[in-house]
Amino acid sequence: ATPPASRSLRGSVSLGDEAVCPGIEAHDRAWRGGAELLFDGVKKHQVTLPGQEEPWDIRNLLVWIKKNLLKERPELFIQGDSVRPGILVLINDADWELLGELDYQLQDQDSILFISTLHGG
Amino acid sequence: MCQVGEDYAEPASEEPPPRQPGREQKCVKCKEGLPVVVIRAGDAFCRDCFKAFYIHKFRAVLGKNRLIFPGEKVLLAWSGGPSSSSMVWQVLEGLSRESAKRLRFVPGIVCIDEGAACGLSPEARAKTLAEMKLILQTVGFPWHVVALEEVFDLPPSVLRCFAQEPVETEGAYKAAVDSFLQQQHVLGAEGAGDSPSLAQGEEQLSWPCTQDPQNPQSPDRPPTAAQTEALSRLFDSVKTLTAKEELLQALRTHLILHVARTHGYSKVMTGDSCTRLAIKLMTSLALGRGAFLAWDTGFSDERHGDVVVVRPMREHTLKEVAFYNHLFAVPSVFTPALDTKAPEKASIHRLMEAFMLRLQDQFPSTVSTVYRTSEKLVKAPRHGCAASPPGPRCLLCMCALDIDTAGAALLSQGGPPSLRHRAAVLRLPREHEGLALRGPPATLHLGRGPAPQPELLPQGLHRAADPGVPG
Repeated sequence: ATPPASRSLRGSVSLGDEAVCPGIEAHDRAWRGGAELLFDGVKKHQVTLPGQEEPWDIRNLLVWIKKNLLKERPELFIQGDSVRPGILVLINDADWELLGELDYQLQDQDSILFISTLHGG
Repeated sequence: MCQVGEDYAEPASEEPPPRQPGREQKCVKCKEGLPVVVIRAGDAFCRDCFKAFYIHKFRAVLGKNRLIFPGEKVLLAWSGGPSSSSMVWQVLEGLSRESAKRLRFVPGIVCIDEGAACGLSPEARAKTLAEMKLILQTVGFPWHVVALEEVFDLPPSVLRCFAQEPVETEGAYKAAVDSFLQQQHVLGAEGAGDSPSLAQGEEQLSWPCTQDPQNPQSPDRPPTAAQTEALSRLFDSVKTLTAKEELLQALRTHLILHVARTHGYSKVMTGDSCTRLAIKLMTSLALGRGAFLAWDTGFSDERHGDVVVVRPMREHTLKEVAFYNHLFAVPSVFTPALDTKAPEKASIHRLMEAFMLRLQDQFPSTVSTVYRTSEKLVKAPRHGCAASPPGPRCLLCMCALDIDTAGAALLSQGGPPSLRHRAAVLRLPREHEGLALRGPPATLHLGRGPAPQPELLPQGLHRAADPGVPG
């Protein structure tokens, strides 16, 4: 059987929050969170990661994001091999601390959400 | 058991134990649910327990401080950001509960449009305002949107500290709550209808509010181009980002206080989170504001006298706020700030923020340790007087000047050279044409005399050609 690592992985990478305000129609939503400023203003990215030898984990994903999605000021998003302190990572709506942080192995159709806490009060 | 000469099986680890809370772990609270978030240094909470924990903290902070009386008008300062949005949402949910523990005050929302200070185009400002109004209408409290440009129209009375109300005793709070509950009971018996949040005597407050209740004297109008230009010039004239941040904060506070006073609010709630206050504490130390830490970071800030600023979110970390807002769909509006995309060393605020957050990453008790320290800060009145000292106040931050009165007296006579260099002299003109600052603004002291020029320059770079006071 083909090991999963060599198949491509599909999923989504989102920035900021997609909070829905009750009573407001979907087309009126224009919430922005701040992190997408570094990604050309695009909040949600449907992503297909190419199959490769090493398994895809968050660590590799960050490298991939830096190379392919980040449009400016990488140091505001990535620090060393992790995200900058103050940026939260949610994997399928759960805290990445519960899932091994950088070592979490990506699954097909995973949804990764980055929330910058550094904005606003 | 330790025995001399016996080797330990393995050397003592110097690193903190590696965090391995796997998904197999259960919620630490209910022991059943699947955890979704890790709080503090390893406590995993499931969704429902996290929600209960979050709401409980908000209520507990308000409850244990007992400063907000039933029926009191409280102005919520909303920036659109996650913390203040979460606060507004907590108030909204807390007021709508049908239980004895329901929140009982009367809220309003103020939102300051700071676009001019941050260099936003009029189109961007209008767009952000439109989004904010959508949320404001959904929330339904009376709201006031005020452009920062309106600081130029503030009367000089904002710079005076009004007499403080006498400190309420424990008994007074309980008596107020009991009497309020009795009134509600009577109202309910008379079939007062379904406006449970209206305190008696507050009928003039429209509820829910769909219009824009601005000051009746000045109808809702956007700031003029001249005012916007003046504000931009003011901020451009401030050379460092650190000083710009402080100026923005001072002006914003004055404006919010003015709105509160104009519309009869006796309390202002701000959304400062635990993380933000820990950063603020360290930043204030670096800025030389050590004497005022208790007011700057404590739960309540009474420096303005008649209006008290409270910080009900001060026990929530930014992570908790972000998770709650995401999990429970709390809307917020992103607005670029002064330091958006600024590099790390651009200002003391940024540097301190980076320092604290990086430290917090390695040592997850950093923020809470700083916070616990800030809780211990006591507002010690000077010279032992119980009421706020009647001495002069800084016109920017409204805190009591921390200089000796003897020194102040010398200063007004153009005192010794060492004092002159350290303090600035403010000329408050009789006709209120404007304010001027001179000299390095370590402290400000009210003086008397004609104003050299009507321009506010907090860095004190402007030198007045006034032979009366040597500089």
